[in-house]
Amino acid sequence: MLVGEAVANIEELEELARKCRVHIVNMVHKAQAGHPGGSLSEIDLLVGLYKTTLRTRPHEPDWSDRDRFILSKGHASPGMYAILAEMGFITVEDLDSYRVLGGICQGHVDMKWCPGVDFSAGSLGMGLSFGMGSAIAGRLDESERQVYVMLGDGEIQEGSVWEAAMAATHHELGNLNVILDRNRIQNDDFCEAQMRMFDIPAKWKAFGWNVKEIDGHNMNEVVQGMQFLSNSNDGPSILIAHTVKGHGVSFMADNPAFHGAAPNDDQYAQAMKELGEVVA
Amino acid sequence: MTKMAATRDGYGEALLELAANEKVVVLEADLGKSTKSLHFRKAHPERTVSCGIGEQNMMLVGAGLAASGYIPFASTFAIFTERAFEQMRNGIARPNLPVHVCGSHGGTHTGTDGSSAQSIEDLAIYRTLPNVIVMHPSDIISTKLLTMQLADAGSPSYTRTARNKTPVLYEGRENDIQIGKGIVLLDGEDVAIIACGVMVSESLKAAKVLAEEGVNATVVDMHTLKPLDGTLVDRLANKCGAIVTAEDHNVIGGLGGAVAEHLTANKFAPLERVGVQDRFGESGQAHEMLDVMKISSRYIADAAMRAIARKA
Repeated sequence: MLVGEAVANIEELEELARKCRVHIVNMVHKAQAGHPGGSLSEIDLLVGLYKTTLRTRPHEPDWSDRDRFILSKGHASPGMYAILAEMGFITVEDLDSYRVLGGICQGHVDMKWCPGVDFSAGSLGMGLSFGMGSAIAGRLDESERQVYVMLGDGEIQEGSVWEAAMAATHHELGNLNVILDRNRIQNDDFCEAQMRMFDIPAKWKAFGWNVKEIDGHNMNEVVQGMQFLSNSNDGPSILIAHTVKGHGVSFMADNPAFHGAAPNDDQYAQAMKELGEVVA
Repeated sequence: MTKMAATRDGYGEALLELAANEKVVVLEADLGKSTKSLHFRKAHPERTVSCGIGEQNMMLVGAGLAASGYIPFASTFAIFTERAFEQMRNGIARPNLPVHVCGSHGGTHTGTDGSSAQSIEDLAIYRTLPNVIVMHPSDIISTKLLTMQLADAGSPSYTRTARNKTPVLYEGRENDIQIGKGIVLLDGEDVAIIACGVMVSESLKAAKVLAEEGVNATVVDMHTLKPLDGTLVDRLANKCGAIVTAEDHNVIGGLGGAVAEHLTANKFAPLERVGVQDRFGESGQAHEMLDVMKISSRYIADAAMRAIARKA
């Protein structure tokens, strides 16, 4: 890749992430419910993944040999719906159906409702196991397809995550990849207050995983991180992305209150201004 | 002498026969020797996934495989499936992924391991989940055939098998066995005994005792609790006018619960539920447990007389 091209790409990715952030705040404001914080922390990672790495066909979402993306922290659905809309799996108008009766954008991402969603999420600690099954299926199919699972950092307090982490290395699943959104905040408070997790990279290394850490809001590092995942195929790999919950909107950033709360109209106007969007 | 065999062996035999379908995969949680998936593992190690002692993970590995077109059969003890109930609920039943869970060693008939191992609530909890087929077959032949039929069911399932041997009932009657269809094993007009699992043969014994007293009982093997064969229950209510259910399971929520729910909304008949009376078990031999729990044949016969006495 030429250096100039790479720079141009990064700028495009950053602009796409900005647009997705606008979608996220719009969705949560319109629904007056939902989870903006974790959507804003994960969105740079989702943009990097979908635009540089994930092999999909937006107009053939059920293509059987697609790479799988599993949003295990399924409450951070606005982020996923935003990138699905920008990729063309769904329309931008579909985003208005977030949390609306009959809408394809269910509160938590659901494979039965929304094109491009491969896993019905909602309960934490489930996606990695599902991803492991998807990875074994890929191996049985003798396919090169990869499986990417996004976990939240609070989520890894669920014991079942570690059942899956252990099993994935036992089965040498090189096609299984985790992106950990290390935003340091969970529902009630900072992770540090709720359940200290100490040395997270060391824990995954001890379970036999390939581990890389990045700044999850530096698009250059995000792109390199995705390359690390897709190129590390000797065993399961995890990209630990250090992020800021609510990143991009000043009053949401690093604020536990916006894990699962919608902005009011004044806050919405300010958020749009900060995201460079003119509200009519 | 009656031929005896364990239903869990029927499960193991079914998996081996299903292996011809390359989409069938088997998941284990360190109990393959007990649930009898070990034969499949020996023959097809490449399609057998060891999940270690981790049932929550196993259920969702199954869901991931099913979502990619495979037909997973996952087994462990009935009691250990229960710790993964939410995985079954949210990860399997809700997206309607055809993962087939087999819980072996169910019920107090499991015996000397004691109350911690004697699942008496499995049928009830799985029956509350939309999309899930719930079965508890009575003999090795029906277990084998019903398990094989699951491969084409297209929806998830829970099947309870038993550790200990029970009479073989269906030699030569293989064609009668179909998911969702109760089987009339004995035809009488005074009372209908609807049973599942181990309690089917106990009910046949009870019917013999009743016959000696001049009471003619119908005995039905209701191997499928969900979807319940409501047409058959209606027919029995009309014909016999008194019904007994018999199960090695809490009287709350299992077969007795299912039949009671049906009767209250349709043709009504007095119902006596034989089952575990909302208590936990203890260590004991299988046959001893049936007496301790008051679910052996004589208790079924007593319940039949009570049901008959309640006829209007």
